[in-house]
Amino acid sequence: MADIKKLQAIASQVRRDIVRQVAAAQSGHPGGSLGCADLLVALYFEVMDFKTDFKMDGQQEDLFFLSNGHISPVWYSVLARSGFFPVAELATFRQINSRLQGHPTTHEGLPGIRTASGSLGQGLSVAIGAALSKRMNKDPKTVFCLMGDGEQEEGQVWEAVMFAGHHKVDNLIAIVDRNNQQIDGSLTEVLDMGDLQVKYGNFGWTTLHMDGNDMADVVATLAKAKALTGQGKPIFIDMKTEMGKGVDFMEGTHQWHGKAPNTEQTEHALAQLEETLGDY
Amino acid sequence: MLENIQSTGKKATRDGFGAGIDALSAENEQMVILTADLAGSMKIENFIRDFPERYIQVGIAEANMIGIASGLATGGMIPFTTTFANFSTGRVYDQIRQSVAYADKNVKICASHAGLTLGEDGATHQILEDIGLMRMLPGMTVINPCDYHQTKAATIAIAAHHGPVYLRFGRPSWPMFTENMPFEIGKALQMTEGTDVTIFATGHMVWQAVEAAKALAQKGISVELINIHTIKPLDEAAVLASVRKTGCVVTCEEHNRFGGLGDTIAQVLTANHPVPQEFVAVNDSFGESGTPMELLDKYGLSVEDVVKAVERVVKRK
Repeated sequence: MADIKKLQAIASQVRRDIVRQVAAAQSGHPGGSLGCADLLVALYFEVMDFKTDFKMDGQQEDLFFLSNGHISPVWYSVLARSGFFPVAELATFRQINSRLQGHPTTHEGLPGIRTASGSLGQGLSVAIGAALSKRMNKDPKTVFCLMGDGEQEEGQVWEAVMFAGHHKVDNLIAIVDRNNQQIDGSLTEVLDMGDLQVKYGNFGWTTLHMDGNDMADVVATLAKAKALTGQGKPIFIDMKTEMGKGVDFMEGTHQWHGKAPNTEQTEHALAQLEETLGDY
Repeated sequence: MLENIQSTGKKATRDGFGAGIDALSAENEQMVILTADLAGSMKIENFIRDFPERYIQVGIAEANMIGIASGLATGGMIPFTTTFANFSTGRVYDQIRQSVAYADKNVKICASHAGLTLGEDGATHQILEDIGLMRMLPGMTVINPCDYHQTKAATIAIAAHHGPVYLRFGRPSWPMFTENMPFEIGKALQMTEGTDVTIFATGHMVWQAVEAAKALAQKGISVELINIHTIKPLDEAAVLASVRKTGCVVTCEEHNRFGGLGDTIAQVLTANHPVPQEFVAVNDSFGESGTPMELLDKYGLSVEDVVKAVERVVKRK
């Protein structure tokens, strides 16, 4: 059984890391990062089977691809806290000569990262390629891909959704962060995506739903999704989250999509997030 | 020697690609071939028949194809994406930039129907900007072979080369003249020795340059013809060695005069050994429907255009 309290404690530290990275850089994307902290902690500390001795091909490992690369602070924190690279390196986020680029990339050789993302809509295609590579190599592990809900507005996403259904890429779990916020406002205002479960379902995916900020639900749903792999269908999880989750003044608004807090706001934010693993 | 360069018949460069794939496929178990609804045009039928588990039909979705190829390369496979040159480059530039070039993935982007010689389909399909687009990407190798044999050799060579590659070839039947000539990525192929002018030519225009060189020999002009099949990385040493001897240059390419071989050569000359240069290329325009030879004539890429460019540049020395 998963220790939900322990995972929640890690998520609290990850949220501190997110706020501190973005505050130190005075740039970056805190809102979506905070919203997805519980998911990434569940994946890396409970669900996924991986090695921190990083190899690009990831054979015999579960793989994670972040398509909405702008939420890099949450990924960097979780990778560092999982042992891929020193936690102290989080202090270099978005600084010159850093491996922690504004958007994740393989270019500087940061362990744990297998492609570049930032220009939206590309990650699911890459994840499908990695999943097909596993199929060709008779590797039974699973490929996870996280996308944003605004990102679903990119046409390439639907090319990939169609492909995965048609080709029965059943070692693939795609998760969409359904915070209903994008840069210019809510999805409802900008370009409504409607019911994503119906859309993915129509393209031949098995669909699930979870509350992405309820750790017990996240762990249970991811386990269920993993159990559904190998049954002829890719798996989609509609993950409801609160943008900015855990920091009261950032919650539920697109205003903190890509904005850094000032000193006072940073103190206010950190006061709400318990330091559980030690700050870097 | 110039007189030894003879056409031994005609085949399309895309058939050379297909022959290269067939030569590779028996031994290379990491090869994966993807196509976006153009399997027949790309001459990959044998691979599809013999290795169905490593053939991926993506449908008409080139952006997805490039992304899937990136993911396959991440897993250690060697993906070859296949479609027309326009859909291989311009349509998917950002996908190649982020998911292949910046991500440093071992993806082979194999593109047929490049340039005007695509013919009757017209300008929507006749991309004349692809060499420029691809050579601007850091780390991308850009290869534009000149005939069936060279395309076959290039296809075999790129499988063993680690890193992203753009391999550009074409649709029409075209003279074959490089059988048993060496092919090495990044190594210019000197086809004739000469003293008055160097012609640097790539792709289908190499044959036009051969015919031009023969016509010029009749007029007493000695041409050094160098086939630049690899535009990036450019064989700068070969370029400069020839130009130091001849003192003037004509570049020939089935591409816009902006961004292609001519620009590439001019950059090297400007920095190292400035000499007069003439550009046989499409003069910043789109193409149109017509037969390949009609189009080469209309857009300034005929044998006669090469001859005239040489005569102009020799006078400028």
